[in-house]
Amino acid sequence: MTSRVGIVIVSHSAEVAKGTVDMVRQMVGHEVPVAGSGGNPAGGLGTDVASIMAAIKKVWSSKGVAVLVDLGGAETNSEMAIEMLPESWRDKVVICNAPIVEGAVMAATESAGGGNLEQVRATAEELSPP
Amino acid sequence: MKLDSESKRRLIAAVATAVIDNAEELTALDRAIGDGDHGLNMKRGFEAVLADLEGLAEKPLPEMCKGIGTHLVMTIGGASGPLYGTLFLALGKDLPSAPGLPEVARAFISAVTAVKSRGRSDIGEKTMLDVLVPVAKTLDTAAASGSSGNLPAQLCIAADRGLEATRPLRATKGRASFLGERSVGHLDPGARSSQLLVHAACGALSGLMAGPGGQSA
Repeated sequence: MTSRVGIVIVSHSAEVAKGTVDMVRQMVGHEVPVAGSGGNPAGGLGTDVASIMAAIKKVWSSKGVAVLVDLGGAETNSEMAIEMLPESWRDKVVICNAPIVEGAVMAATESAGGGNLEQVRATAEELSPP
Repeated sequence: MKLDSESKRRLIAAVATAVIDNAEELTALDRAIGDGDHGLNMKRGFEAVLADLEGLAEKPLPEMCKGIGTHLVMTIGGASGPLYGTLFLALGKDLPSAPGLPEVARAFISAVTAVKSRGRSDIGEKTMLDVLVPVAKTLDTAAASGSSGNLPAQLCIAADRGLEATRPLRATKGRASFLGERSVGHLDPGARSSQLLVHAACGALSGLMAGPGGQSA
């Protein structure tokens, strides 16, 4: 498989994360590495730094990883997870300022078309008012 | 001030217990203006800290703080994980093993700056910073004047005032900001958890600060 930008979906809800992964897969199949992380370390609503790091590692590619998040804590915990990655990876993992479901589908479509990390992020962020 | 293992054990236990014992109140405050999980999340984080009490107390002070921060980051599961985690990780980065008051003040100020940047927030936005910033200022003033006599009491007063100051504020950060005007009139749960931590730490440390070698009141 040609290297594609990986997509990680971080939601407070494991079901939202899983459902969003399903919607991405419907669009791009297995051409793009995609993983979801949802729920806090106790299995309730929330986010989990270790699980976010695992999702990033799962989809890691030399082209980088775009992360889509829902509410505040998902963003803060994703930032923390990125900081705890090996140093050489950190610059290649970006959080997109975009709605989680639409952003993930748009980002994955751009990635499937061979877009680089900046293009993938820009495509997802077209959905957010400036 | 060099803390022996027993003092560190007492300090960690006091801080963790204060959060755990007040988890229900934190959750109730958060239910009013947030998503109602602050108490549960903080409790899970500090239970992980307590479970590692012996290991943490044996570490030098900077590593102890980093260890606490890592537990909080990995177990809290809400925005308070990275925020409190960052506070302790930054303290661990900047504190020497046996800090005097000037080193404590400097490390605390830089840890609060790290929390500001993590949360992209500052004082006056109905957050934990409304407590932490005045506490940092009080430490700074005491370090500049070289008087640490009644410092624990002053720090607690600064924390209490900071907490109460969040009541009339309208939240502009975090989940509470979704409520707009309806966030007015409630104490901020993160400010309350910070005030609890300050009280517990001051209570545990006050004996040491006024002890031999310190300037007693």
